[in-house]
Amino acid sequence: MIEFEIFGNKDTRSGFGEGLQELGQKNPNVVGLCADLIGSLKMDAFKKENPDRFFQTGIAEANMIGIAAGMTIGGKIPFTGTFAIFSTGRVYDQIRQSVAYSNKNVKICASHAGLTLGEDGATHQVLEDIGMMKMLPNMTVVVPCDFNQTKQATIAIADHIGPVYLRFGRPVMPIFIKPDAEFVIGKADVLIEGTDVTIIACGHMVWKSIEAAKKLEAQGISVELINMHTIKPLDAAAILKSVSKTKCVVTAEEHMINGGLGDSVAQVLTRNLLVPQEFVGVNDTFGESGNPMELMTKYGIDTDNVVEAALKAISRK
Amino acid sequence: METLELEKIASQVRRDILRMVSAVNSGHPGGSLGCADFLTVLYFDIMNHNASNFSMDGLNEDIFFLSNGHISPVWYSVLARSGYFPTNELGTFRKLGSRLQGHPSTDKKLPGIRMASGSLGQGLSVAVGTANAKKLNKDKSLVFTLHGDGELQEGQIWEALMYAAANKVDNLIATIDYNGRQIDGDVDDVLSLGNLHAKFTAFGWEVLEMDGHNIDELKATLLKAISMTGNQKPIVIIMKTEMGQGVDFMIGSHKWHGVAPNPEQLENALGQLTETLGDY
Repeated sequence: MIEFEIFGNKDTRSGFGEGLQELGQKNPNVVGLCADLIGSLKMDAFKKENPDRFFQTGIAEANMIGIAAGMTIGGKIPFTGTFAIFSTGRVYDQIRQSVAYSNKNVKICASHAGLTLGEDGATHQVLEDIGMMKMLPNMTVVVPCDFNQTKQATIAIADHIGPVYLRFGRPVMPIFIKPDAEFVIGKADVLIEGTDVTIIACGHMVWKSIEAAKKLEAQGISVELINMHTIKPLDAAAILKSVSKTKCVVTAEEHMINGGLGDSVAQVLTRNLLVPQEFVGVNDTFGESGNPMELMTKYGIDTDNVVEAALKAISRK
Repeated sequence: METLELEKIASQVRRDILRMVSAVNSGHPGGSLGCADFLTVLYFDIMNHNASNFSMDGLNEDIFFLSNGHISPVWYSVLARSGYFPTNELGTFRKLGSRLQGHPSTDKKLPGIRMASGSLGQGLSVAVGTANAKKLNKDKSLVFTLHGDGELQEGQIWEALMYAAANKVDNLIATIDYNGRQIDGDVDDVLSLGNLHAKFTAFGWEVLEMDGHNIDELKATLLKAISMTGNQKPIVIIMKTEMGQGVDFMIGSHKWHGVAPNPEQLENALGQLTETLGDY
């Protein structure tokens, strides 16, 4: 019987805010930058406690990324905060040249990623950011699954030397990762052990996949669920270990199928162990305004989509 | 350093630039020649820096960023002649495996380079960041930048200008290579900058002007700029230069922005520039 202890309900962005606040207290080199979204990014506490280490750049994201890159020269560890769309697409060239190619110790922290931004609509619902960021050499890409893990990841990336993209979101979701869990960049969490199908998920889709695993269990299907919180570097060993047992895979992400987690997993499988793979993600379309959970249903990234994909993957074995 | 000595170094830097770009039939000689006097004065007479023991963080050193990265030949020559790396390495410019990439980069770990540049408009933001870090570190040294005038067409420059004034980044001295040329022609024809001095003033910067080919004026203006730091305002110098300065058939034309001289043209050009420190 699949059971998870639930530690309440919160948004992942609040996990970032708490993690950054803790970093502010213990690491004097951590600095915060924000482009006019302090409240949305939950950076208020860090700003209040460290006014001299907080830099409001105004609505000028390109300048923010450049300033962050420059601040690493002299040993600072800048955490930039804005929406995921403005953290990536708007500033891709700045990240590419001044952060990734120059290999600067900048942490690009991106909230309101994906469809679950909701009512603001497609202009703000970036679904391409994981792809853009994972293509950049030197870049580490982290997509934590709940409030606790986002807090743990925020703290962990400060100790990693090099550029990091940290992706999180807006909706309030169940907290199921233990508050004292260890977070290791690049080391996947096996949340459920099983034998019939491996589900590999990231971000909000981990909770949806837990729900899917319960539904599948009720049908007598044993799911192994991997929380792939680090898209790059990808934990290929964890994937192959699981898939060599289950012989089929479902990937689930709140992102375009093109260029996301599923693509990365498919590369590992194609090179090492060919098994059927099904992709749960947004299929080459922009989103729209709406309630976050309704959007997940409409665009095919809900619990039932994971269930269907799992059944299909098993049938293709 | 005596003016005559600086002029001798600048002459050698110009020879290095021409030989570097000609050897690989690529690179950007026009703007490089135009900034040879400025970078020579900056590195040999103005900045406090440690060429023999380069550190990325540059604590308690003045730091320079080349925002218009395409004029890398002049920077590489000045860095080598300052002692950051052996001058014979200039001969590897733009060749496979070289630390001297077409545009400056950090990934090959060439001493003297702290940030990649090439995609224009990013260097002022970077410099503001490093200036912020210096303040947090209680480091009294300064940050210098160089930008092309055409580069000012990039919007990010104006974001950084606005930010630096609003936040009193007064340990930063930016210089504009005001040669009036860019790849497609005269800046005024491509996209006029209008009244640049007035624009900088309106953005809240202290504005100075100088002749980029008069060593004494370069020294005096840069020293004046340094004397104005720490007064709550960032400082920008509009530096009047000629693209291709020092070579009669290159001077004042955008045609040599990104074209290397052929062997005959190289010989003609080198004949106009005294070899003072020995060619690499």
